[in-house]
Amino acid sequence: MPANRFNNLTDYGIGLGLRVPHYQNILSRKPTCDWFEIISENFMVDGGRPLQVLDQILEQYRVVQHGVAMYLGSTDPLDRDHLRRLKRLVKRTNTPWLSDHLCWGSIDGSYSHDLLPLPYTFEAAEHVAQRIREVRDYLEVPILVENVSSYAEFHASEMTEWEFLGEVVEKADAGILLDVNNIYVSSQNHGFNPYDYLDRIPHARVGQIHIAGHSKFEKYILDTHDHPVLDPVWKLYAHAIRAIGPTATLLEWDDRIPTFDEVHHEALKAGRFCQELVRAESAT
Amino acid sequence: MPNPPPDSSSGASTAPHLRALQRQFATGIMRPLTAEQTMQPEWTDGRPSAEAVADFIKPGSRLAAIERLEIYNRQYWYRLIDCFHEDFPGLRTLLGDRVFSAMTEAYLNRHRSRSFTLRNLGQDLEKFLAEEPQWTEKQPQLARDIARLEWAHIVAFDGEALPPLEVDELLGQDPATLRLALQPHLTLLACAFPVDTFLFATRRRDEPQGGASHAVPEHVRKKAARKVPRPRGKQIWLAVHRHAHSVYYKRLDPAAFALLAALRSGLTLAQACETAAPLAEGDFAAQLQDWFTQWATFGWFVGTGPDAAGAG
Repeated sequence: MPANRFNNLTDYGIGLGLRVPHYQNILSRKPTCDWFEIISENFMVDGGRPLQVLDQILEQYRVVQHGVAMYLGSTDPLDRDHLRRLKRLVKRTNTPWLSDHLCWGSIDGSYSHDLLPLPYTFEAAEHVAQRIREVRDYLEVPILVENVSSYAEFHASEMTEWEFLGEVVEKADAGILLDVNNIYVSSQNHGFNPYDYLDRIPHARVGQIHIAGHSKFEKYILDTHDHPVLDPVWKLYAHAIRAIGPTATLLEWDDRIPTFDEVHHEALKAGRFCQELVRAESAT
Repeated sequence: MPNPPPDSSSGASTAPHLRALQRQFATGIMRPLTAEQTMQPEWTDGRPSAEAVADFIKPGSRLAAIERLEIYNRQYWYRLIDCFHEDFPGLRTLLGDRVFSAMTEAYLNRHRSRSFTLRNLGQDLEKFLAEEPQWTEKQPQLARDIARLEWAHIVAFDGEALPPLEVDELLGQDPATLRLALQPHLTLLACAFPVDTFLFATRRRDEPQGGASHAVPEHVRKKAARKVPRPRGKQIWLAVHRHAHSVYYKRLDPAAFALLAALRSGLTLAQACETAAPLAEGDFAAQLQDWFTQWATFGWFVGTGPDAAGAG
């Protein structure tokens, strides 16, 4: 599924997250990169250097927006200021799709600035789906929802995480940003088989994939984005690509960020999985 | 006609169980950690936290329910405190790590984030320091001046920039009726200490040595923190603004500051000049011409007319 209606029929390859330590390198060297993913909220400002840099990037590269603060699962009213700013940015970047997380993060007007887990209930699925529909109608761009890594489960849950993800995107008619690392992290923290997850989501709705590194602690795994992608995640990624098809993929590296070339090199490993799959398919 | 942003009919009424659960979860993660960086042992209703959390969080094979929620509790505080460390390096240097961290926790307890962006987290800090001087008892005014400058820096960095007026647009206007608005990203500060030089010194000390900032070990930063001398009292007047995408702290004469402050408050140009003239040293008319030429070059003026002050 290289191109589908959820990624606006684009056929993007391997992208990188646009991060501050790489600005100078990118703007001066203009390295080859299929596309950049930006954190929307970093550019939902009124002016200044962030927007100047973004405009320079847009002159040279394709940009896709990824959000961290829409909180589609929150029960507070949607933040109208956030959405207005987001729409302004969508017009600026001409992003072919827009993603945010299947989570909540604010309550009674207080923001946690975290991606908090939802209970997997039918009530929550309907609630989130309704908000996704409202947001999509306003922003007029396809919406992908990303599975988050989590460290807690609720007694109230009525289904598995992958069933919940499927329920939400079917009800909202939305796409999926499949974070393979998050599946691995949650599978280790909650004791499920990550391959069951990959096999049972609606593959036709996956518009983009995330890969990243994580950190192991004594009793749990934390989604830290500060390491290269680890082997179990690459194996899951290969499985996902075989099931879904070559899909726009982005490497997230948000902390202890090495040089641009190192991050790019790591990301291009994902490209090789996709190329091998295409070669194998053409050979048969 | 463009659609207005949704008013969200999908709020509390459509998902009452979800909302109740989110309130429980938020109660747990937004409460301060103990000195040992663990969750508070007692829940808000007096029960043991382990018992209260187990009511809604499932235990895992390796972690109890409370340990699972504690991961989020820690992340909440670590993220917000990290943000404060980045946004207020000068205040951190002045107070020292221990007091700064305690002050940050007290501030965040009273002023939870009310915005989708962490950028606005410290917007009430100066007010908080004025209301709770115990955090800055040795140097309350210096601490507040630093907090004001560091917040002004954030505003200047990515605040709104309106199209500036050209000098030609000011020619021929009647000073008795002319009101001039200033750029929203410009902040005027009258400080009792030369906090601009203090902040420059702090930033120089914190500059990474041949790598990303996190490459500098914490103990090196702590040691270096003691080396920035505290400024002695000396009144300064600053305009904190952005020009060509960089933030600048421009020192002003008292008269220039009074003039700009008067314009921002909505006075006419003639009234602003009357306010400023007594403070001027030397040829006020010649100074006025120099100032206006310079300020127009910086693009500080953004509107004229009776409502202009509202824009600045």
